[in-house]
Amino acid sequence: MPKPTGKADGKVTDIGAFARTNQGTEFHADWLEDIRVNLSAVERRTATVIKRRTVKKDWQVAWMLKAISCIDLTTLSGDDTPGRVRRLCAKAKQPVRQDLLEAIGAAELKLTTGAVCVYHAMVPTASAALEGSGVPVAAVSTGFPAGLSPMKTRLQEIGESLAAGANEIDIVITRAHALNQDWPALYEEVRAFRQACGSTHLKTIIATGQLGNMNIVARASMVCMMAGADFIKTSTGMESLNANLPVALVMVRMIRDFYERTGKKVGFKPAGGIRTAKQAIAYLILIKEELANDWLSPSLFRFGASSLLGDLERQIEYHATGSYSAAYRHPIA
Amino acid sequence: MNVLDKLKSMEYGPAPENAAKVTEWLEQNERSFGQFIGGQFTRFNKADFFETKNPATGEVLARVSQANADDVDKAVGAARRAQKSWQTLGGHGRARYLYALSRLVQKHSRVLAVLESIDNGKPIRETRDIDVPLVARHFYHHAGWAQLIESEFAGYEPIGVAGQIIPWNFPLLMMAWKIAPAIAAGNTVVLKPAEFTPLTSLMFADIVREAGLPDGVINIITGDGRAGALLVDHPDIDKLAFTGSTEVGRIIRERTAGSGKKLTLELGGKSPFIVFDDADLDSAVEGLVDAIWLNQGQVCCAGSRLLVQEGVAERLISKVKARMEKLRIGSSLDKCIDMGAIVDEIQLERIKALVSQGVDQGAELWQPRCDLPKEGVYYRPTLLTNVDTANIVAREEIFGPVVVSMTFRTQKEAVEIANNTPYGLAASVWSENLNRALEVAPQIKAGVVWINSTNLFDAATGFGGYRESGFGREGGREGMYEYLKLSFEKKLKPLASTGLPAVKTGKSKTGRPRMDQTAKHYIGGKQVRPDGGNSLAVADHKGQLAGFVGDGNYKDIRNAVEAAAAAGSWAGTSTHLRAQILYYIAENLSYRQDEFAARISSLSGCNAQSAAAEVETSIERLFTYGAWADKYESKVHRPPMRGVTLAMKEPVGVIGIGCPDEVPLLGFVSLMAPAIAMGNRVVMLPSERHPLVATDFYQILETSDVPAGVVNIVTGNKDALALVLAKHTNVEGVWFHGSAETSSQIEREAAGNMKRTWVSNGLGYDWFDPEQSEGKHILRRATEIKNVWIPYGDQT
Repeated sequence: MPKPTGKADGKVTDIGAFARTNQGTEFHADWLEDIRVNLSAVERRTATVIKRRTVKKDWQVAWMLKAISCIDLTTLSGDDTPGRVRRLCAKAKQPVRQDLLEAIGAAELKLTTGAVCVYHAMVPTASAALEGSGVPVAAVSTGFPAGLSPMKTRLQEIGESLAAGANEIDIVITRAHALNQDWPALYEEVRAFRQACGSTHLKTIIATGQLGNMNIVARASMVCMMAGADFIKTSTGMESLNANLPVALVMVRMIRDFYERTGKKVGFKPAGGIRTAKQAIAYLILIKEELANDWLSPSLFRFGASSLLGDLERQIEYHATGSYSAAYRHPIA
Repeated sequence: MNVLDKLKSMEYGPAPENAAKVTEWLEQNERSFGQFIGGQFTRFNKADFFETKNPATGEVLARVSQANADDVDKAVGAARRAQKSWQTLGGHGRARYLYALSRLVQKHSRVLAVLESIDNGKPIRETRDIDVPLVARHFYHHAGWAQLIESEFAGYEPIGVAGQIIPWNFPLLMMAWKIAPAIAAGNTVVLKPAEFTPLTSLMFADIVREAGLPDGVINIITGDGRAGALLVDHPDIDKLAFTGSTEVGRIIRERTAGSGKKLTLELGGKSPFIVFDDADLDSAVEGLVDAIWLNQGQVCCAGSRLLVQEGVAERLISKVKARMEKLRIGSSLDKCIDMGAIVDEIQLERIKALVSQGVDQGAELWQPRCDLPKEGVYYRPTLLTNVDTANIVAREEIFGPVVVSMTFRTQKEAVEIANNTPYGLAASVWSENLNRALEVAPQIKAGVVWINSTNLFDAATGFGGYRESGFGREGGREGMYEYLKLSFEKKLKPLASTGLPAVKTGKSKTGRPRMDQTAKHYIGGKQVRPDGGNSLAVADHKGQLAGFVGDGNYKDIRNAVEAAAAAGSWAGTSTHLRAQILYYIAENLSYRQDEFAARISSLSGCNAQSAAAEVETSIERLFTYGAWADKYESKVHRPPMRGVTLAMKEPVGVIGIGCPDEVPLLGFVSLMAPAIAMGNRVVMLPSERHPLVATDFYQILETSDVPAGVVNIVTGNKDALALVLAKHTNVEGVWFHGSAETSSQIEREAAGNMKRTWVSNGLGYDWFDPEQSEGKHILRRATEIKNVWIPYGDQT
């Protein structure tokens, strides 16, 4: 594996498995030329895969715990305050009531969410609140959500977030490069972000809801991985079209292709619109079927979500007690 | 609870469907069943019954009576008694009952799905998400046809009593495909489900009662092939519909030959699944899962031959293997499996035997390591590579979860390999290039072509095969015609046998030597001497020698069929061109109108007026089919997907046509014109009594730009030559107007390659009456409907 060529501006926190970064490959135009995606067939697959597989009882509970461990608990709002972020971090550290964990026999599981995801301004607060918890702080960056700020400030933003304690950086790509299929330009852009991140975990948001079709989604995914993305992520959550299973299928198939070509495992993060335990399990099924169990881990899979946790908590309470639960019984994030 | 272990393993765990309601139903029936006849179940026959088992566990589910001759008689009798009033109930009345059936299927959907899964072994996911919803859809759709029958099928009436025999692979769905169109059209039915899987049909009998259908409209008899044979042979059956193996289909065709029973056969297949190098390979792999591992591959239209373009073959095969490793095999009621049990030990043994022969013949076998249940009848999903086109596994239907793969270099080669089979049921074409996919689809000999998809079905879209995959369609308008007959047909009268008079060869009256007139055959656009070197004398109406024609033999037929087959490009010519040529034939005939009238009159002895009328009507008929050539067009369906299906009307191929004696020119023209208007090539056997009219006619063809080989004319012994045509495997259809005896023989011989036949059974048509002798009902015989499924969409 080539050595990192970039230099991070700030402190890098090694958080174990997450730090095994993808340093990418050369730009391979031919890897893009082979890509063909048939939308109808993709939709048929996603409609049926969740009918071919299901989990019940204890297995269902286990899968829901897995889903929680993969959540990037997120707040990305103009009215975020330190107080709000601290409450979110508390929830990330203790996402499910201890009595429920005990009831389902998972007391000794030190369950946390996969990360907390915030804007740059909230990184110091989150970092302090999560100190020692092992829960990483992810910062959305590079002019999130549109990504149309000057390149210089976008790179600077990465550096500053790292300096402020971010363990993961979620960047946005310039959609124009993807829409116009200027793949070398996209490669160079993400390459620069990779270098700015150094060995810090890099997630690339390709904003699938704005790319128009699956062939663009697939190619943008592949270019980001060539350029060194550790994760490819569907959406900012701000587009009118969020993550969905068909888009996820296309992206994870690209992850599989990239793995087959390079031996590098890149992670996947669907974001936006994932609100229910049922949806979350559908994604996990898709990952298990199209990739492998290795990807059913926060090191290679995350949900970008804010309200999903609440539904998972309620479903877990149902399994623990046999009664359907109300939202107010669980501490809010 | 041990949630943490499960969190660590992230496996699926069991997810069994609840079967309590099925058990309850079986217990209510004391796990033993009689026949459903005239709205009642007969008593369980303790003396003669068989067991139906759950192939996933070996558990005996119920004991089912074997129908005997008496039972079949009673069932047919009940259907016969119910038929008239069911017919006179009218379209709307029947529509209400069909609507009730569809609603009740929905209402009982889960218990039907569970029972189907238990009796057949197929996954509950499939019965729940595919079979049962399609069953409900089929009854809804046909409630609609019943409602519209008077307006949409004017001039038609129900056939009468339909005998229907269905297979074990989609028991409930095949039952719906048979019953719904039959009763919508006003027929009554006797249906026999397969002996491995009779239970859902018997549960459906309860639904029939719940819907309040009049007694006898639907009768269900159970039993093995012996009961099927009783139904096939029963003299009071008017229509037979069979879905099953080509082998049994052929026997049925032979046994019913000459009986007048209308027949549809939906038989086997060896359907190609073609992957081009510009396909979405991951999606193609997933398509293959649906193609060959749906229902354990026990699907007549299964994509069992994987044809891959060489450049992507290695990559695709490695993706296929990776995908196969993910397949889960288990109890049919587990909601978390892809494949269930094989229907029966007998079928399992057949699969094993064929695979082992294939391996002996050089195929390389690959199977995933997946777990199989310890009990029950299971077979691993199987990939056979390195299969050449002669290998038994590339040619024979395995009817199991076994795909054979082959490679091709070019699009042309893909089509050649795809068509290199006696079957023609379905095909799947994978390419992201629509130009290519839409070019390939019409070139494949198959009744259904799925582009970038596979195994999609809808009640509005006809399903059925080309070649030895059978004939007739199920679903849609074309499926309705299979359960209707033309109202005028019952008025047709037997023709008196004409016989051939002895020819008197007196001296010429003029004293001068007679001009020798010896007409040749017309083959491949040329006048050709008969192969045997013999001629036949032809008499005029007074028995005087009128001339000689070639005495055709089997070699002349062989040559004519070869010429017709070589003129295949006629099928691809524009409909405008075909129309122009038909008008041109008419025009050229009109220049020689008087001459043809005189010839007809002198040969047949009819008066000048009727001879002139025959020529005039012939010209008009040519115009009719010139008109239809570019108007009998394909349809576009909107199945429940984002996309369309094109119901393309394609020519049958090479049709052999035996012409009637009564009106030698009009009969000839009335049969030739619709056939060639639709793109068929024909071998015409003219009236044996008056062949000179047809041999005069080839001069018209020669001057009318008819391409060589499109129309071929062979004179001689019409009945004998017709049988040569009926046996010829490169002939796709035979139309015969002549004796009942030859009609019957033709139907029997046509079973060889499952030709489409239209025989007159010795009855006479009124060739001057346009209702009887021209129009859409003849064009329908001249065409096959191929449904091309085209899902589309790119915008997210």
